[in-house]
Amino acid sequence: MDKFKLRLYITGKTPKSERAIANLKEICEKELKGLYELQIIDVLESPQLAEDEKILATPTLIKDLPPPLKRIIGDLSNSDKVLLGLDLSPVLDNNQGKEDGR
Amino acid sequence: MNEIEEYKGIEKIETPGRRHGDEIRHRPYENTGIEKRVRYDQRGGIAGIEKIETGIEGFDMISEGGLPKGRTTLIAGTSGSAKTVFAVQFLSEGIIQKDEPGVFVTFEEPPEDIRKNVISLGWDVAKWEQEGKWVFVDASPVVGEDHVIAGEYDLGALLARIEYAVKKIGARRISMDSLGSVFARFSEAGLVRNELFKIAAAVKQIGVTAIITAERTQEYGDIARFGIEEFVADNVIILRNVLEAEKRRRTMEILKFRGTSHQKGEFPFTVVRNIGIVAIPLSGIELKQHSSTVRISSGNAELDKMCGGGFFRDSIILVSGATGCGKTMLSTGFAAEAAKNEQKALLLAFEESRKQLFRNATGWGIDFEKMEDDGILKVVCRYPEAEGLEDHLIIIKRVITEFKPHRVVVDSLSALERVSTIKGFREFVIALTSFIKHQEVAGLFTSTTGDLMGGSSVTEAHISTITDTIILLRYVEMFGEMRRGITALKMRGSMHDKDIREFNIDGEGMHIGKSFSNVTGILSGHPVFSAPEEVDRVRNLFKEA
Repeated sequence: MDKFKLRLYITGKTPKSERAIANLKEICEKELKGLYELQIIDVLESPQLAEDEKILATPTLIKDLPPPLKRIIGDLSNSDKVLLGLDLSPVLDNNQGKEDGR
Repeated sequence: MNEIEEYKGIEKIETPGRRHGDEIRHRPYENTGIEKRVRYDQRGGIAGIEKIETGIEGFDMISEGGLPKGRTTLIAGTSGSAKTVFAVQFLSEGIIQKDEPGVFVTFEEPPEDIRKNVISLGWDVAKWEQEGKWVFVDASPVVGEDHVIAGEYDLGALLARIEYAVKKIGARRISMDSLGSVFARFSEAGLVRNELFKIAAAVKQIGVTAIITAERTQEYGDIARFGIEEFVADNVIILRNVLEAEKRRRTMEILKFRGTSHQKGEFPFTVVRNIGIVAIPLSGIELKQHSSTVRISSGNAELDKMCGGGFFRDSIILVSGATGCGKTMLSTGFAAEAAKNEQKALLLAFEESRKQLFRNATGWGIDFEKMEDDGILKVVCRYPEAEGLEDHLIIIKRVITEFKPHRVVVDSLSALERVSTIKGFREFVIALTSFIKHQEVAGLFTSTTGDLMGGSSVTEAHISTITDTIILLRYVEMFGEMRRGITALKMRGSMHDKDIREFNIDGEGMHIGKSFSNVTGILSGHPVFSAPEEVDRVRNLFKEA
């Protein structure tokens, strides 16, 4: 499996930011253990980086690798949507196992 | 609005010794870091809302001084109503005229498009960016990239970027163009509205003057889509681009300026190459022009005599008549007369080409070509249909300002009637006459009447009250022959000849002769002849009475 390169943009240490970081770490540990590289960028500290990437909403997760480039907006509490955004098949509850990729 | 009341308490405590223009800072809310500035006027009271001049021609007059300083103004308009031009021009004029840096937040067009689009308006955005006077916050959609929404979010990053950009260049002005597309990209309208409210509040807090543009779906209806006006409702300006009788007519209206005054109603405006938006403030025109008692010659000694010694130096003269009855000749003579006194004349022709005009003038012994070479005459020929009336007005104004003529001739004003609606034409005439009067030059307008004999035109109906002098040229049918009559209908501030006189045109020009004493009904177009005895009888009748 290809290595994932992820960037998470947040605006300050707000509860929403903290939630996004926690949710993302949980998903990554579960699905991509050892296969990902995560960078967290605080827009308040580095506004130019947000400008370069044209970030409007926060939190925003950008998946640089593997292609295609994807953006996931929100506190990542909806893990199915996050997996969809990362081009990983969503894991369904209990015994239903994995669904086929789209 | 409430701010004045809000500060009353503080003012009572701190008033002594404060002078006009003093500014104090205080923190109305404890532990917040929020700072309010209060300015004091001459009486030591709190000054009203200050305005900053936008530099947009005509707009500062309509708005009575510009946009409210440190506040956000909503510019709403339908698609194609020049919202983006207004937004760009607000920053451009700030840089050009006041050296005030600006931040442009674009939600719709990428910066590259904006740079290209405004080059034709004379604004070199790329250069200003290099000089650190202009910064884009690019919030335009990223092409080919979609996003997934997975949980709660806010637009904190956008706000952080705007604040960063403002700090980076010390911006005094912000334009945000246009909000509708933010709503198109994020489905949660309520959340987006709330976030934009935060941004508007933050911008106010920083103390920069901002404009936000927003779409409307119809020219007359809701202020803007998505209820945007609710959070920037302090100041609202509406730009319109109405289709009227197959012609587009742009107008702007200041719907409200909270806590400060402005002119009311719609004002026409146009977008001019190399200049941008130019508004035409009609009701802003004041009747304060001087009036001179110095007389100038019309170029015809007999006509001067009829007018009690010539036209006044800064008057507006209307020459009305049917086609071919001598209007162009009269105006040619009027323009040429300026040269004799080493004064400059401007001839604006909308009916004939340069060649025709020059040939005609030569026929009457006037050398226009030499006069132009000497720099005392300028002939501008344009097709009425070449531009809208607003553009004609702007062009005429510019030529007058640059050339500084002593006399202006418009031949004919009624030719311009057909390129506009009646309302638009009336506004044009008022704006043009008042501009000419302000320049303190003599203006001679010609107007063609529809009927060959008698009659009047729309032009006259609109202009007659503004003019100081009206000269009527009329055909008179007499015993199977067309003869010409001239009369001075009105001559403000002077005695004048009330007779209708006959005149002839020959190789040397116009010759005014005797009056038609035994003809009545010339002006109504139905001449009736009376025997001389009858005329005498009627005269005597009145004498006795």
